[in-house]
Amino acid sequence: MLSDSDRIFQNIYGMKDRSLAGARARGCWDGTAALVARGGEAIIQEVKDSGLRGRGGAGFPTGLKWSFMPKEVGERPHYLVVNADESEPGTCKDREIMRHDPHTLIEGCLLASFAMQAHACYIYLRGEYIRERQALQVAIDEAYDAGLLGKNAAGSGWDFDLYLHHGAGAYICGEETALIESLEGKKGMPRLKPPFPAGAGLYGCPTTVNNVESIAVVPEILRRGAEWFKSFGRENNAGTKLFAISGHVERPCVVEEAMSITFRELIDRHCGGIRGGWGNLKAIIPGGSSVPCLKAEQCDDLIMDFDTLRGLGSGLGTAAVIVMDESTDIIKAIWRLSKFYKHESCGQCTPCREGTGWMMRVMDRLVRGEAEIEEIDTLLDVTKQVEGHTICALGDAAAWPIQGLIRNFRDEIEDRIKARQTGKVSAVAAE
Amino acid sequence: MNRRLAPRSVQPASFAFTPDNQAWAQGQISKYPEGRQASAVIPLLWRAQEQEGWVSQPAIEYVAAMLDMAEIRVLEVATFYFMFKLAPVGSVAHFEMCGTTPCMLCGSEALVEVCKQKIAPHAFELSADGKFSWEEVECLGACSNAPMIQVGDDYYEDLTAESFSALIDAFARGERPRPGPQNGRFASEPLGGLTSLPTDPVHESNASVALALGTDPLPRQFSGGTPQFASENLLGKRQGAAISKPSPKVAAISAPGSNEDESDRGPVAPVTENAALAELRAQTVGRLDPALDVPTASDYTPETVPAQFRPELLGRPTDGGDDLEQIRGIGPQLGALLKDLGIYRYAQIASWTPENVAWVNAHLGGWKGRIIRDDWVAQARALLAKK
Repeated sequence: MLSDSDRIFQNIYGMKDRSLAGARARGCWDGTAALVARGGEAIIQEVKDSGLRGRGGAGFPTGLKWSFMPKEVGERPHYLVVNADESEPGTCKDREIMRHDPHTLIEGCLLASFAMQAHACYIYLRGEYIRERQALQVAIDEAYDAGLLGKNAAGSGWDFDLYLHHGAGAYICGEETALIESLEGKKGMPRLKPPFPAGAGLYGCPTTVNNVESIAVVPEILRRGAEWFKSFGRENNAGTKLFAISGHVERPCVVEEAMSITFRELIDRHCGGIRGGWGNLKAIIPGGSSVPCLKAEQCDDLIMDFDTLRGLGSGLGTAAVIVMDESTDIIKAIWRLSKFYKHESCGQCTPCREGTGWMMRVMDRLVRGEAEIEEIDTLLDVTKQVEGHTICALGDAAAWPIQGLIRNFRDEIEDRIKARQTGKVSAVAAE
Repeated sequence: MNRRLAPRSVQPASFAFTPDNQAWAQGQISKYPEGRQASAVIPLLWRAQEQEGWVSQPAIEYVAAMLDMAEIRVLEVATFYFMFKLAPVGSVAHFEMCGTTPCMLCGSEALVEVCKQKIAPHAFELSADGKFSWEEVECLGACSNAPMIQVGDDYYEDLTAESFSALIDAFARGERPRPGPQNGRFASEPLGGLTSLPTDPVHESNASVALALGTDPLPRQFSGGTPQFASENLLGKRQGAAISKPSPKVAAISAPGSNEDESDRGPVAPVTENAALAELRAQTVGRLDPALDVPTASDYTPETVPAQFRPELLGRPTDGGDDLEQIRGIGPQLGALLKDLGIYRYAQIASWTPENVAWVNAHLGGWKGRIIRDDWVAQARALLAKK
């Protein structure tokens, strides 16, 4: 088990002093100027060495992403944009960082921006997080007042401005180029890549977009060293990670744990086990709504990290674990996700705009069993037509849960269709 | 999903920010680099909604004028983002019920039933007294505290049908129930005991609740006072004061008789160099980075472009005029269109002022933006010099 001293987010529940003084007492802003003095290259190298992979879902190595930024600042300024548009169903981890441990993020913004030679950083929060926005703004105000932001931020010699920006309820703005569009005051419709944001992002300037958690862990990695961070988790899955557990566990929670913890240990230690005991587990969605579900049998010795879950045809995603017990109507649970994606499709690409609605309508009938067995394969085929044929990954994200459902619970779908077909007869007989 | 503006009968006659909100809005605009004020559109629309309870058509037009954006662009934003209410909602509380899978697994459907019984049978329908309404929204990002709802700025979490029903009753009595977890939790820790980071809370409630109750102070920025963006480096000159002037478009529309005078066929009269025109000039001739936005001069239409912007136009010359297709970006169709307008000579194009560019641009239909993008004026001057 991860010891408390190794947890990066020491105030994730907000029970300790939330002010700047409290954060400093816990080690935030300790020697920030000295970290900056190491130089941008050294910071990027340390983050690379730590094996930190992006915490927003895709798991792309953070240090490598930073190194895509131009080495020299040309005519156009560099920007760091922090993706705090946390909207993936099941995910509620960044919210806790922003409202309860905001100085980890603010210091991370300074260090990451310096490493990429950005003098300005925008944090894009989802619009619904109004109290979180206020809490984070209070912390930013405090940091400005204390000289930790602004000119010569934290005595580092680097001039740095940090701005909060917010959306207004659009899941798609969690996609980095849609987020940039939205930040420019437009509809959040993803851009074609290339050009990648590192070449032409916000206002056409070199931009890196990182998840909140990816940025917030950086100061501690730099202070304690890449080796410390790497000591948690398996090879290529380094570090600690915030897990958000929801659904049918005894005590849902958000908790920081070592990467590669087993699913059973995570649930038993922090969530009081599965509701009704382990025998009552039916399925889990291990990484937020976009990844395919896993059956209970696959969860026995399940290791929670990027590579294991990818090997099982699922993914760690945002480490938002949705647990479903035997009482769950799994078809309906996935149908609700289809409804979500239909609602959130931006409408730009035809396969997604039309496909998400089509898939939802078929799922709607599957929930009631009003379908033919052959339609299951038709639906699977359509998900494959949507997947990979859109500008952004929302089409994929809409397809995968359904693919996971059909892969793991085809028998249940078929049973329901058969029951419906024969049930009509027996219902008449029963009357 | 079709999201349309409320019918005309519901729309108010006008909209204006309160002075406090106006000052706040200027502060928001100053967060973005010069010329990028459109970035503030979501925060400003949101403030308008906070002020009025919903986003009306006059509010959209007001924000468009304030940010120097085309109204259609602001309308697009207002209809794209689901948090903008395009029609009035319950005057006391609009309940936004999270219904996505994690909340559904924990009983959100029961909460919707409570709404149907206690408020109104359908989403967005006002209760009989007009005080309440509800809707099912997509994931609100508090899944470990499911099921939960949002009312105004606040999340009410860890609900049951019973506690939610009591919550509605409390609102109906005119109370403002304490937000946050409704089952005794502090925040998102495991209920009934910490499994990590053991501590006794030094705060009475979590940050969200403390802000709602006022035990934690709100940030200065949210109080409607002076925006606090302490430093002023590197994002270019701040433009707070400059932005409150009417945009060129608004000025053009409101200038009486400006686009009526059809008899004025002579060379363009000297235009008073006011601030709006100076800005337009900067946008039409200032060499913007081509990777960046289209200048807002493209927002003019033949109807809205002031008549005094019209350049000198000619009748068909006997020699047929210069070969305009020598200018890069002008093809046969565009060339014919220009001749229809009365543009035949390099010399005409070479002499265009920014205002003239805006006028011609407004008449280019699907080719709007080409004059600036391909820099016809400079090209025409070069061709003229060669002649």
